[in-house]
Amino acid sequence: MDLYEHQARELFEEHGIVVPRAEVTDSPRQAREIARRLGGRVVVKAQVRTGGRGKAGGVGLAADPAAAELTARRILGMDIKGHTVGTVMLAQPVDIEEEFYVSYVLDRAAGCFLAIASAEGGMDIEEVAATRPEAVARVPVDPAEGVTSATAARIAEAAGLPPQTVDVLVRLWEVLVREDALLVEVNPLARTRDGRITALDGKVTLDDNATFRQARWGTGHSTHHDPLEAAAAAKGIDYVKLDGEVGIIGNGAGLVMSTLDVVAGCGARPANFLDIGGGASAQVMADGLSVVLSDPSVKSVLVNVFGGITACDAVADGIVRALDTVRLTKPLVVRLDGNNAARGRAVLDAYAHPLVEQATTMDGAAERAARLATTP
Amino acid sequence: MAIHLTKESKVLVQGMTGGEGMKHTRRMLAAGTDVVGGVNPRKAGRSVDFDDRRVPVFGSVAEGMDATGADVTVVFVPPAFAKYAVTEAADAGIGLAVVITEGIPVHDSVAFIAHARTRGTRVIGPNCPGLISPGQSNAGIIPADITKPGRIGLVSKSGTLTYQLMYELRDTGFSTCVGIGGDPVVGTTHIDCLAAFQDDPDTDLIVLIGEIGGDAEERAAAYVRDHVTKPVVGYIAGFTAPEGRTMGHAGAIVSGSSGTAQAKKEALEAAGVRVGDTPTETARQVLAVLNASR
Repeated sequence: MDLYEHQARELFEEHGIVVPRAEVTDSPRQAREIARRLGGRVVVKAQVRTGGRGKAGGVGLAADPAAAELTARRILGMDIKGHTVGTVMLAQPVDIEEEFYVSYVLDRAAGCFLAIASAEGGMDIEEVAATRPEAVARVPVDPAEGVTSATAARIAEAAGLPPQTVDVLVRLWEVLVREDALLVEVNPLARTRDGRITALDGKVTLDDNATFRQARWGTGHSTHHDPLEAAAAAKGIDYVKLDGEVGIIGNGAGLVMSTLDVVAGCGARPANFLDIGGGASAQVMADGLSVVLSDPSVKSVLVNVFGGITACDAVADGIVRALDTVRLTKPLVVRLDGNNAARGRAVLDAYAHPLVEQATTMDGAAERAARLATTP
Repeated sequence: MAIHLTKESKVLVQGMTGGEGMKHTRRMLAAGTDVVGGVNPRKAGRSVDFDDRRVPVFGSVAEGMDATGADVTVVFVPPAFAKYAVTEAADAGIGLAVVITEGIPVHDSVAFIAHARTRGTRVIGPNCPGLISPGQSNAGIIPADITKPGRIGLVSKSGTLTYQLMYELRDTGFSTCVGIGGDPVVGTTHIDCLAAFQDDPDTDLIVLIGEIGGDAEERAAAYVRDHVTKPVVGYIAGFTAPEGRTMGHAGAIVSGSSGTAQAKKEALEAAGVRVGDTPTETARQVLAVLNASR
């Protein structure tokens, strides 16, 4: 889960990193009050979980409280890459002497975290890395050791950052570890005219697997814009809405993605990704099917299950359970193989619904579902 | 021979007495796995009866190894305890830790994988289905009865895609199938398995299954080009996955152009790997390669 900038700022402050004074609001009128408290002149920044907000006009400098109110009014409600701006952060401007880039990011290949730092911050670090790779230092962090002052000094030296950044690098590592973050990024990390090292903008991505010990920020489910995705999330179902016409349900992310591809290869477009997971119960299957059937753009549904832990008879029971409550108006193609497949197929045979048909292979099932969705 | 797991492997199950642990220990035993003990500090000294086999419960992996000579552990403990479990197993000097547990915080995985490395313990997973050498041993949750022993080696991030291919190729059979897991950080990579299969005299051909996200497949492709002389057939899932969205596996996310299915397919093909369009077509390619080399 990505945190908002103001949440990242809050974390940095708690860990003793210097940040500009700032407050958050969803009201232009309050923005005026906040600007007054902060001394009049403020930066107004859209709070969205996406990059490129500056280019999209989501950041503005206001000279006084009245201007802050106007700027907040302009930015609130803006659409930035599909994200509606619900809140703005107002921050005291600082006089910047130099801008740096620092982050800790997971290096999947190496199986550890990597410090990335550059004396050329403030702009798109990927562009700096692409055009002048020597300007970006990459230092792997030993998992057993973490970032000590000595490690931080090495990172700062490799990137050509001033010695005052060492303390910030150590504290940022503490943020990463304490918060179970997968990414902590500060860009820019600024040296201000008064000589202080200040984190002017931050991005923190938390590990969804760690919510059992990091309850503070919630689970992030509030980020679903699509009503079907929100409904699925409320039932704990792994569902992604797509823009096609074949509803797809399967077990295991790999097999479901593969099913999407095979359907696309048959000339139809998948309407969604839905993974009932390993060892799914009849109820999970029923809930999943209900979500997919409630999507008006779905013209046919493909259920593709290879039972490893998942029992195919439970999947069939779930289909029957869903169809007992939702009236089926679209054809449903089911392919069951693996654990208890014969029993699952028998359940569906006995149910004998005219719109439910079974296929014996994955490719055959995909072809059939695609044809049913694309022939008028 | 097979890789990492043979009929000689003596297997402990950490978390055996929990619901999942019980269910899968029974299945592993039925598949012929030599399960020599369970590990649960609170139930040490007891035993559990699985049909015709009584399996003792030890207080630690170290105790279990002393008593049984175990060289493999399969970890089913809940996410919050996984780091401790694997660290203890590595400290005890176990050769292989297969971590089935899903939902382990990445910081914990990074820590126990790094620690295991310093102790010479191979970690497979986490968040993986485990590995099976059909007809010999099964460490994890892969269904054993959908295929038979043979000479194909398989490595995959995805459990159910592994099963699909095992089933498609059930008449030809497998030396070992390894589900390395879909988490962002895993203990054993595609490359590790490619290297082991290349050296395994009982493997003639390698099936490599990948999916969108990260660059593990691209790096595997480079490894195949430089180090693998056995035929490799690939399959990649996720061509239709939208950018910037996570699809199930924490690792299965695409951002920007790197990590796309197309990029992975091209990298593999450039390394001489045949890549199937569907799992079924991939199986056909495997058979074609095997028949051609006969």
